[in-house]
Amino acid sequence: MTNPNPKVVILGAGHAGGTAAAELRRAGFTGPITLIGDEPIPPYERPPLSKAWLKGETDAGKLALKPAAFYETANIDLRLNTTATAIDREARTVTTGNSETIPYDLLIIATGARARRIPLPGLDLANVLELRNAADADKLKAVLTPGARLAVIGGGYIGLEAAASARGLGCEATIIEREPRVLARVACETLSNFFQDYHRTQGVTIDVNAQVAALHGTDGKVSGVRLSDGTLIPCDAALVGVGAVPNQEIAADAGVDCNNGILVDLSARTSDPAIFAIGDCTHRPIPLYERSMRLESVPNALEQARAAAAAICGKPIPAPEVPWFWSDQYDLRLQIAGIPFDTDRIVVRGDIAAGKFALFHLKDDGTVQAVEAVNASTEFMGGRRIIQKRLKLDPARIADMSVTMQALAAG
Amino acid sequence: MPTITYIEHNGTAHPVDVPVGKTVMQGAVDNNVPGIDADCGGECACATCHVYVDAAWLDRVGLPEAGSQEASMLSFAAVTQPDSRLSCQIEVTDALHGLVVRMPEGQH
Repeated sequence: MTNPNPKVVILGAGHAGGTAAAELRRAGFTGPITLIGDEPIPPYERPPLSKAWLKGETDAGKLALKPAAFYETANIDLRLNTTATAIDREARTVTTGNSETIPYDLLIIATGARARRIPLPGLDLANVLELRNAADADKLKAVLTPGARLAVIGGGYIGLEAAASARGLGCEATIIEREPRVLARVACETLSNFFQDYHRTQGVTIDVNAQVAALHGTDGKVSGVRLSDGTLIPCDAALVGVGAVPNQEIAADAGVDCNNGILVDLSARTSDPAIFAIGDCTHRPIPLYERSMRLESVPNALEQARAAAAAICGKPIPAPEVPWFWSDQYDLRLQIAGIPFDTDRIVVRGDIAAGKFALFHLKDDGTVQAVEAVNASTEFMGGRRIIQKRLKLDPARIADMSVTMQALAAG
Repeated sequence: MPTITYIEHNGTAHPVDVPVGKTVMQGAVDNNVPGIDADCGGECACATCHVYVDAAWLDRVGLPEAGSQEASMLSFAAVTQPDSRLSCQIEVTDALHGLVVRMPEGQH
């Protein structure tokens, strides 16, 4: 690079963008960094929003990625309440909502993803909510008073976590899922059934194979969810959690290659060498599975933030990690290592009925592709190593609890 | 406020004041010290805040209990030593003023 101190502009001050700024400084980058975010608060952790934050078990200080003074100390120009509206790749500038033009030498797009909106009558009623950011979480928290009835449209992680938190706050919760089971897109049937059963024992009503037709309201406020079979589920608030779409428009409009996310390589570089993209907004290669896809997860945001920082500083790009995910519901900690592509066998290790087990997903040659662990952190951690090493394991050894995970991970 | 010195694998030392009640991991993250990643945010679930505790401090800091979650996570970390700890599991107290920890070559 000819310019030893390029000016870096980061669009999006979420977990990915905030981490990229910090990682650049950790890697010794001394050039100017501008971090632009449309929210009113500095970068914070989003995962607790559906859990500890809703339940009032954490505070804003703990949610923040860094102490408030960090950005000034690290000489990071943090611009909050600022929306980037366009990128001019020729001029290498970003335009903001207040028509300011900000020049860059290198740009990192970290615009995240937004809640998918489904066309439903009544979506504009009060107390019809989504959950992506702190402002959303505060609105949800305000309606989750004891006795309130929450209808959750979509049985994905956010829906299940919100339902669990709602129960913890003394609310009624009904999950409405279009597919035959919750977590249909992201977990195997055994795991879906386990979570479904657990939620039901915790008093959550789960309607599967249920198509929402409309939201009904009284005095402008949601009062019920009407299903296509005519059933009305009365509620005081409805949370719509039916997936996320990548915020790729600002890149696509500037002519950066996108296809269900901003296309990047393993160094998080886009089709424009001066532009990187990281986090939920990207579509990235996963060499482990010889595929590319979107990964909506904190670990992915961190990994790509480090990759971009390394690339910008001319350092080696860290080796790609095994994708991982987690979800906390009630006293259950679900941790998932890997993604079960091309698998045809599931081996259970542990005791499903006791709520402490791991599901190993194997290819026909015994290669472990993914491990879904419930209250089984050792299986999760060992699973990450096993997947990383592309180990082929004997199903009988996996299921045998007298064989330690350390022994399994040793091959 | 207790001072903790974090020493990178390349020998660079970072003395940092960390409030009592925070963890040694949080002290590193809050001050952007290189070498501690803490991907899981302090849940003892990822082993990316691995440190080696200086010999002079090992008695006061202690080692993870056998069979604990921390010991289990550490068993999968790269290059562990008898003085390995996960820094998210070490709470800062006044008694740890002056603590020295060293970081492994990598956390992944």
